[in-house]
Amino acid sequence: MDLQDSLRRPLHTFQITKTQNGSSLQHFLATIQKTAAAETPVAQPALLDFWTTVMMLGVLVGLTILLAIGQFLKRQPESNFDPAIIRNFNKRVITWLTICVLLVMSLLFNKIVTVVLFALISLWALREFITMTPTRRGDHGTLFWLIVGFTPFQYYMVAMNYYDLYTIVIPVYASLFIPGRIAFTGDHKRFLERSAKIQFGLLICVYALSHTPALLYLDLVYWDSEAQKHMPWTGKTAGLLFYFIVVVQVSDMLHFVWDRLAGKHVIASAINSTKTWEGVIGAACCTALFGMLIQFATPFTWYGAGFMALVISVMASSGSMTMSAIKRDRGVKDYGTLVQGHAGVLDRIDSVCFAAPIFFHATRFFLNAN
Amino acid sequence: MKQITVPFLVLLAKALSGATVRWVDCQPDICQRVYFANHTSHLDALVLWASLPKPIRALTRPVAAADYWRAGPVRRYMARAFNALLIDRKKIKIRNSPIDMMIREIGDTQSLIVFPEGGRNHTDQMKPFKSGLFYLAKKRPDLELVPVYIDNLNRVMPKGEFLPVPLLSCISIGAPMWLESGEGKNDFLKRAEEAVLKMKDH
Repeated sequence: MDLQDSLRRPLHTFQITKTQNGSSLQHFLATIQKTAAAETPVAQPALLDFWTTVMMLGVLVGLTILLAIGQFLKRQPESNFDPAIIRNFNKRVITWLTICVLLVMSLLFNKIVTVVLFALISLWALREFITMTPTRRGDHGTLFWLIVGFTPFQYYMVAMNYYDLYTIVIPVYASLFIPGRIAFTGDHKRFLERSAKIQFGLLICVYALSHTPALLYLDLVYWDSEAQKHMPWTGKTAGLLFYFIVVVQVSDMLHFVWDRLAGKHVIASAINSTKTWEGVIGAACCTALFGMLIQFATPFTWYGAGFMALVISVMASSGSMTMSAIKRDRGVKDYGTLVQGHAGVLDRIDSVCFAAPIFFHATRFFLNAN
Repeated sequence: MKQITVPFLVLLAKALSGATVRWVDCQPDICQRVYFANHTSHLDALVLWASLPKPIRALTRPVAAADYWRAGPVRRYMARAFNALLIDRKKIKIRNSPIDMMIREIGDTQSLIVFPEGGRNHTDQMKPFKSGLFYLAKKRPDLELVPVYIDNLNRVMPKGEFLPVPLLSCISIGAPMWLESGEGKNDFLKRAEEAVLKMKDH
């Protein structure tokens, strides 16, 4: 039953098909996809395939198990763990479960929904970053245009797949716009410092993060070892996006575990007293192994998936170190603590931000179809 | 109409200001209070009012300048929507004292939001408080005077700008205070200023 056909059929036909072939997960999901497509006036090509579905379900189940463990530990009256660590752990798991559920839901609908989701995360992160960074009265107009102009425009270009534009608009045009706009207000105090801060915030919170949904628009090939040449990849880019998010999160978690279990050589105690070299190296190696395990959702070979996971892990570590350095400079512990009660989105996505552009470009460099 | 616009304004104020509300040494209560805060942005009154819990909000009236809030139909409408008590800054006389008017208007149920600095302030330093708060406390010693510090809202919408940048702000509400017996005007106002500033560092 092809998509065109399915659009013409009434809804109940699908329900019959669904019950008849209910045993096959793949077919079940394909049916859901087609039903969803039939309900919307414009047919969308399915974003999911079998392996992507396995990946997503695996992540959701894994996170739910972690959530259960966290809640169980929280309820233990006397435990060997520091309650602060458990609280931190629970907060992280809940954040990631929320993001993954939203991501799955958005992927079930449309790529655009995923792009919008990331645009909102970007806006919130930028808001936290600018709140923490002292800007002056003269920067008001600049900030306004970043929030209503550059950020939506960046994600619009991602959604339209204008690769040539979205890779340069913020690093080039915005970095010229920001000092120019500030200069026009006539406030010259700490001029370079202010422009640099605003530019950095935009680069990390918007530009870097926008490469995550951009993964969905890649057109890729894979290495066929039998034919000894590259063949068009028929898998779904949603799987690639999930691979990336999961690897970053696993890397963060492994980093934490290695720091606790084997951490001896602190990297920079002035910045973060818990991050150690053992953590960075241990997390990178273990993440590489993990990347090979979930290679099935990606176009990479097993060693390619391992290498990508290694790169992601190293970038994720440097991302959280950089953000720690900024926080330390501003004298806050979490971006969330500056304004109490907020979850601190930037605290959660710092590693994603740093790893996203590198992962995107590495994938594109090795496996771009065109 | 008001049933739709008021929740909309509240939602808009909360979204734009991203305000966190911290009740430090003070709990939300519908008893009669005077919330007094530093004043740095046009949004102050709206955001502080919106951040109060709904039953308290219904009983609380921001005191605002008539010359600003009566200019133009939008402002007039908004002032009516959040039940502002408008004071004509140009016609303050002994006979037509704004303090008497406030006391008359609030009766024995309503609370007030006041900005004792008198006008918006766009420096980092707080301006010295005007004496209105003292006379209010003297004439109605039963009112709880609650200090509030509004942080970062001046960056959301500074003086002279009309396009807001939705950053995150923070509203800290401190312990209630009263006029001590025999306390002079200057001592009291100084104490009130310190109470607001204490919330800044809290």
